[in-house]
Amino acid sequence: MLGTEIMEQQKKMSLVSSMEKKTSSLRGRRRVGETIIQGLLFFSGFVSIFTTLGIVYELGKEALLFFQMPEVNILESLTNTKWQPHTGNFGIWPLVTSTLMTTVIAMLIAIPLGLAVAIYLSEYATPRARTILKPILEVLAGIPTIVYGYFALMFMTPLLRSIFGRDVVEIYNTASAGLVMGILILPLITSMTEDSLSAVPRSLREAAYGMGGTRLEVALQIVLPAALSGIAAAIIIGLSRAIGETMIVAVAAGAGPNFTLNPFKGAETITGHIVRISGGDLSYDSIDYNSIFALGLLLFMITLTLNIISQRIVRRFREVYE
Amino acid sequence: MKEKLANPEYNVNIQGRNRGGLIWQWIFQAFTVIGIIALTALLLNIINGAFGYVALEARVDPATLAVDGVPLQDQNKDQLISALKANISIGAYNKLEKDKPFAKQSAADVRQLILERVVRYDVKKSWTLWESITRANKIKTEAAESYPGAKLEFTSWLTPDFIARPQSSEALTAGIRTAILGSLWTILFTLLIAFPLGVGAAIYLEEYATDSWHNRMIRTNINNLAGVPSIVYGILGLAIFVRTLEPLTSGEIFGFADPSTANGRTVLAAGLTLGLLVLPIIIINAQEAIRAVPQSLRKASYGIGATKWQTVWSHVLPNAMPGILTGTILAISRAIGETAPLVVVGASTAISFDPSSPFSKFTTLPIQIYQWTSRPQDEFRSLAAAAILVLLIILLSLNASAILLRNRFSRRY
Repeated sequence: MLGTEIMEQQKKMSLVSSMEKKTSSLRGRRRVGETIIQGLLFFSGFVSIFTTLGIVYELGKEALLFFQMPEVNILESLTNTKWQPHTGNFGIWPLVTSTLMTTVIAMLIAIPLGLAVAIYLSEYATPRARTILKPILEVLAGIPTIVYGYFALMFMTPLLRSIFGRDVVEIYNTASAGLVMGILILPLITSMTEDSLSAVPRSLREAAYGMGGTRLEVALQIVLPAALSGIAAAIIIGLSRAIGETMIVAVAAGAGPNFTLNPFKGAETITGHIVRISGGDLSYDSIDYNSIFALGLLLFMITLTLNIISQRIVRRFREVYE
Repeated sequence: MKEKLANPEYNVNIQGRNRGGLIWQWIFQAFTVIGIIALTALLLNIINGAFGYVALEARVDPATLAVDGVPLQDQNKDQLISALKANISIGAYNKLEKDKPFAKQSAADVRQLILERVVRYDVKKSWTLWESITRANKIKTEAAESYPGAKLEFTSWLTPDFIARPQSSEALTAGIRTAILGSLWTILFTLLIAFPLGVGAAIYLEEYATDSWHNRMIRTNINNLAGVPSIVYGILGLAIFVRTLEPLTSGEIFGFADPSTANGRTVLAAGLTLGLLVLPIIIINAQEAIRAVPQSLRKASYGIGATKWQTVWSHVLPNAMPGILTGTILAISRAIGETAPLVVVGASTAISFDPSSPFSKFTTLPIQIYQWTSRPQDEFRSLAAAAILVLLIILLSLNASAILLRNRFSRRY
């Protein structure tokens, strides 16, 4: 038995060595085509780096020009509460507060709803319910944001106005934009959370059930903590999405920077302002043109930081199960 | 065992715990239902806007335009042209002739012109579908009282005509052909740039890249790019494609310079911008598809003496193609719905001619929806609702085809 195997091995070896002799002429041949193709492929991989460099360079350059303009003063723009380019007021706060307001409202909707739906889908739902609900979530996630903008203006705003009164709620307000943004982010948080919940191994759940835990106790005290890093990452990604969200606020939150903390008043967010300013024919090297680059840079920095934090969380705190 | 269960101390809290569990289960279910209600409300709200009663008032009663008892609908082209000539100023007529010679227009086009320029229906008021169903009688009396000259019509804003007509500033004659064509042109260039680059990058990362620092940087960078807000891409496109590369994107270096479009805010610039935007999506999906191709296929190919590229081209790519295409379709549906970067890049909102080359000015479907939604009149919001329905139908069919593709070609190794 062993002998035949060894014999076969030796046969193979001699076959290989005879092939090597025959093909030795192929050895040194250089394949120019292969090298060119590899170069091209490397270049396409590098385009993404160019994109990032392009974003940083262009935004940085124009933002620098913006801060060098005589009307603009960095210190002043951090303390001033007015953003009125035509009067030379470039206080960042009205845009930042309204961005924060829509984001906070959106997260207040999306976090509890998203977590609840994810827990329901992963821990409670029957396989049949899941096959119906997951496509619905995917549909929600695929709807363009401008459609949500229409929904905010034509449904949420009238709803809010009929509940709180027409004098209280303005036609354009951050509350309705924020609420609808919450619905927009809901599927994102749900699907990411659900993924990390279902990645928790069954054995943990079964051990908990074996100890006499109820379904809720298993879900909240065993599965949820085990999936915490994924959930935190989902929430941070949702946050970054909310801050960068544009069309809902452009349609429903109102035009014109407004320093207010009243969610029923109209106020322009960073993204909404960029869209409104660049909607017309923007002339180059005007202060408006440069200001959208400064705002874009701010936006880019915030979302980039959030994304990096979320990646770090996943990498560092992920519980690895076999 | 039985004794233990019967022990009251063991059971002391069990009812409370079960009750708590039940309540929370209800809460989780209720939240799920709330999510479904939100989606339903969204769809119903759009349908609600796209249909309903409209009170129309004509400046010139179409009955007076009948020639020899032949109503407007049945007149031939010459009769229609003379009717048009008789009712608008000669200057306006010449301008129409100059825009598009009547010899080239069909009878339907001329009839459309008459409706637009002479009859000029005006929307006095429009109602939503819900109002039209529940309060039909009230609406009828209200319309008869407030607008005695107007006729009340139940209108579907979404019609085949609506899709086929070009843009117009009048709500009743506005259509989305210009916008749909603009979207198609833009997507074409998005694909031309993003598909080869995206698939190439994915092949590089999965098949060629070693674990060196620059390859790790590319990987991290792609993940970060996927999270950059779309409006930032718009700003990038404005700076690079519209401004810096203006000679290219306006077609100047190809001798296409058209003074009306020469500022670089063209289909090409928009396509390139969206191309960069969807690049990470295509790369990430293509990477997954390539990773799913089993190693044994590659080894078999190397075993019969194929080179690396021969292996990739004839074995890895064909097997990964369904997955790559699925990812590409998802990227297209993202690009079709994208609005913010195109507003920044400078999609025109008021153009009524179709884009005809990469260097045309353009508008796209979401931009058109944005424009109509931002106008205060109800009739334009109805138009927006109808356009949204078209957009959603396009997206749904794209996503459905992606799912079909995935199910049809998904192979298990």
